[in-house]
Amino acid sequence: MDSVLKTGTAEAPKENRIGLKSSDYQGGKSTLCAGCGHDAISNQIVRAFYEMSIKPESVAKFSGIGCSSKTPAYFMQRSHGFNTVHGRMPAVATGAMLANHRLMGIGVSGDGDTASIGLGQFMHMVRRNIPMIYIIENNGVYGLTKGQFSATADEGSKLKTGVVNDLHPMDLCALAVQLGCGFVARGFAGDPKQMINILKASIAHDGMAVIDVISPCVTFNNHEGSTKGYQYSKDHQELLHQIGFVQSYEQIEVDYEPGTVKEVEMHDGSKILLKKLEEDYDASSPIEALKRLHRAEEEGQMLTGLVHLNPQKKSFISLLNVTDDVLATLPLERTRPPKEALAKIMKDLM
Amino acid sequence: MAVSSLVTRYASLVTGHIRYNFPPLRSIKESYVSDLSSVTAVLEEPARGGRAPVVNDLTIHVATVNGSGSQSSNSVLMRSIFQMGVPVSGKNMFPSNIAGLPTWFTIRANKDGWTARKREVDVMVCMNAQTAKEDVEALDPGALCIYDAPLNCKAIRNDIVFFEVPFAKLAGELTPDSRLRKLLTNMIYVGIIAELIGIDREEINGALNKQFKGKTKAIEPNVQAIDKGMEFARSSLPSQNRWRIERMNKTAGKIIIDGNAAAAIGAMFGGVTVVTWYPITPSSSLCESLIDYLKQHRIEKDGKATFAVVQAEDELAAVGMVLGAGWAGARSMTSTAGPGISLMAEFIGLGYFAEIPGVIWDIQRVGPSTGLPTRTAQGDVNQVALLSHGDTQHIVLIPSSVSECFDFASEALDLAEQFQTPIFVLSDLDLGMNNWMSDPFVYPEKPITRGKVLTKEKLTELNGKWGRYADVDGDGIPWRTLPGTDHPFASYFTRGSGHDTQARYSEKPEDYKALVDRLKKKYETAKQYVPKPAVDIRDGAKIGFIAYGTTDFALEEARHQLLSERSIETSYFRLRALPFTEELRDFVATHDRVYVVEQNRDGQMGDLIRLELGEDQRKIRKVLHYIGLPCDARFITNEVLRMEA
Repeated sequence: MDSVLKTGTAEAPKENRIGLKSSDYQGGKSTLCAGCGHDAISNQIVRAFYEMSIKPESVAKFSGIGCSSKTPAYFMQRSHGFNTVHGRMPAVATGAMLANHRLMGIGVSGDGDTASIGLGQFMHMVRRNIPMIYIIENNGVYGLTKGQFSATADEGSKLKTGVVNDLHPMDLCALAVQLGCGFVARGFAGDPKQMINILKASIAHDGMAVIDVISPCVTFNNHEGSTKGYQYSKDHQELLHQIGFVQSYEQIEVDYEPGTVKEVEMHDGSKILLKKLEEDYDASSPIEALKRLHRAEEEGQMLTGLVHLNPQKKSFISLLNVTDDVLATLPLERTRPPKEALAKIMKDLM
Repeated sequence: MAVSSLVTRYASLVTGHIRYNFPPLRSIKESYVSDLSSVTAVLEEPARGGRAPVVNDLTIHVATVNGSGSQSSNSVLMRSIFQMGVPVSGKNMFPSNIAGLPTWFTIRANKDGWTARKREVDVMVCMNAQTAKEDVEALDPGALCIYDAPLNCKAIRNDIVFFEVPFAKLAGELTPDSRLRKLLTNMIYVGIIAELIGIDREEINGALNKQFKGKTKAIEPNVQAIDKGMEFARSSLPSQNRWRIERMNKTAGKIIIDGNAAAAIGAMFGGVTVVTWYPITPSSSLCESLIDYLKQHRIEKDGKATFAVVQAEDELAAVGMVLGAGWAGARSMTSTAGPGISLMAEFIGLGYFAEIPGVIWDIQRVGPSTGLPTRTAQGDVNQVALLSHGDTQHIVLIPSSVSECFDFASEALDLAEQFQTPIFVLSDLDLGMNNWMSDPFVYPEKPITRGKVLTKEKLTELNGKWGRYADVDGDGIPWRTLPGTDHPFASYFTRGSGHDTQARYSEKPEDYKALVDRLKKKYETAKQYVPKPAVDIRDGAKIGFIAYGTTDFALEEARHQLLSERSIETSYFRLRALPFTEELRDFVATHDRVYVVEQNRDGQMGDLIRLELGEDQRKIRKVLHYIGLPCDARFITNEVLRMEA
């Protein structure tokens, strides 16, 4: 079954709506292993930002430490990037987004970086609803340190060395839903068509978008007995729905049987289309999301799609009620109160 | 029994007055001491009996239980003395606890402006059964002790002047409300002390009005409690003429403030835009004050804020946010204490190596580990000077007064952007949380420094040719761009891993060496820009002092003691920042023995100074005060005399 919903037939133009070419969104050459799932994700990030006509100069890329965290160097080199310290990308990204809330933030992390050393910061970032995209390139192992289990490794999953993981895995999607995230999705690096639609939808979302992408590690976790390898993932992928994304200026050119497709309108006027499959999944309900994720785990399914969507949730920036102008570059006359203000403060202390 | 009976307590008042010549930033204390010729109290010897009263020189020590609301009473008492024109300081010695443990408040009033902690207590107020015995035993003979009747302090010893007060009975006459009674009990002792030492009723009313922000409903019962205390003292206590407060004119136009609030005001006027913090004693009140001030003064007409404040999930996140914000161009800061600094170590290394601005206030408390969370120390010097693995050196500003807290708050934000690196400001609990008198802060007229930032226009001029980590100006400080700069060549990749001048990943030996050598050069450049030491060199002085931070208050008084009691002239080098500047070597070179006085066990700054000095390091001696309480002058004087002997 195709994970994607067809919405039109138009071919992609050579330039996007702001006159940039796809090559303007490229990054440096990847140094990851050939066939790494992460590179497939980087390619879809390039495509999504290009097709969404996001100016690369308005984007800030963040990461922690690990194979996945190297990838911001491999896409959109016209964007500022910050490869921070292990598990601490959320704090750095939060600070940067506060300093300049007009930046479009995209963070790339891994399962070690997010689910272990950085779990606390990840959870607090979700709780604050920092308006940015947070991608976890999830392969169940530590690649850079050569193949130790991570906290998302499935119970019973086997390392090449024969070591079996006997601990319960952490489900970062369930965690994000529980913490009130307004956009939670799971993708698969081996399903780029679904990925591009999820990414575009996340770009349109005003709030934190958590995307957990099963991204096989070809070197340390792609063998028989692994539950995060390509073959296993293909065999166990379970679609919540077919997903389509339509930008505000686009027309939906395909007719659907009434009642089979849900449309969700985003802040920028774009639409996410979710087509019902065997089950009628309601992505707007966090309770249903948690139930369904739990069932997937029990039944050994790799559930993909838009797990939860609530575009109305207020972002941290709007809750802080900061000025519409960028804090970082406010002129002194707006950040230094007048002389009379100090005189009054001093008088009160006399 | 306190050792101070060995000491001629009042000799300093009688002889050897000199006109101090303080460096510019010392204007506050200068104003106290420039008029020493007016000192008239003469105490030939400190024996008991018929003597002239000691005027405007006393320490009041109040022992209560924390959570009993004594803070307001103590503030009113202190402020009343202040309004009488007498220089005053107030120190709260409190437990790490919400309610029920012992707490002390010490008010020192001193006509000469000596406001450091003094060990000797003149007037003791015993309200706490848990500590009454110890409190009374620690007094010097002849001290005056006001105590709550059930404590029966008079039975403890017979060389103290005891005034017994039935507080419960007096409070019971004021109100039937038991909760209010507890609070008013504390106000009663204010009335008693006021009557005994001669504080004007009018000034108490003024202080009450200030304390309760003019709210009549709150003021009224307190006025009655004070009346009650005064009336009781008049009718039922013998009068005393040993200690008096008399009106003088040394506080007109001055403010009373704690260092944390001063830092908050300074940061606000320094244009801070992103503030992150995690609650920890004794630093919490810095960001809490800042939030209050920002809400009052930095909300624009449309109701929107020109700042963002985040209470982070821990200190790691707090400093991570500071660096993220600094990277994106905000003037960002956090405040913490030693345990928070320990947690921040990794991020500080990133900030240093990737060259990201940010300001970290360390309000030092006693360590290691949890230590004594509510007591003061200067034990984080080594930690902040060199924080992180690998070779790192940080710029550290060290304020000694509330006005320097104000000044350094914006100075630190400037230096952070100028040098693109984390800047520490090293305060302590004594400065941060206690009440200090000061001249009003001066409005900063000079524009803020934003450092070397390439704008879109500059990038166009350069045809996009620039290197994030290239030392084009020869001062070790590279140029940066801010994310969001609308130019195709604006971006660069920031990383804590090895990088070349173009910010590309590199593990090449020559790239690494060039990078860390340039960072060293940048640190050298900083020597020209950090606050200079305040140096007071005296003709013929063989002894020099080096001190920093709150040790200053006790040190100035100790110098006065050494000169007036022993005719020992001393010079003084008050360190205000790291890196050390050239003045340090010169100062040590021109003295025979140099005492580094600080409040930690190991003499941490003394060690850094020794490393800096080379040959002259043999001249360095250490005077170390580390009991959790602020350093006092007599301690320094005694230590120096012992080592000089």
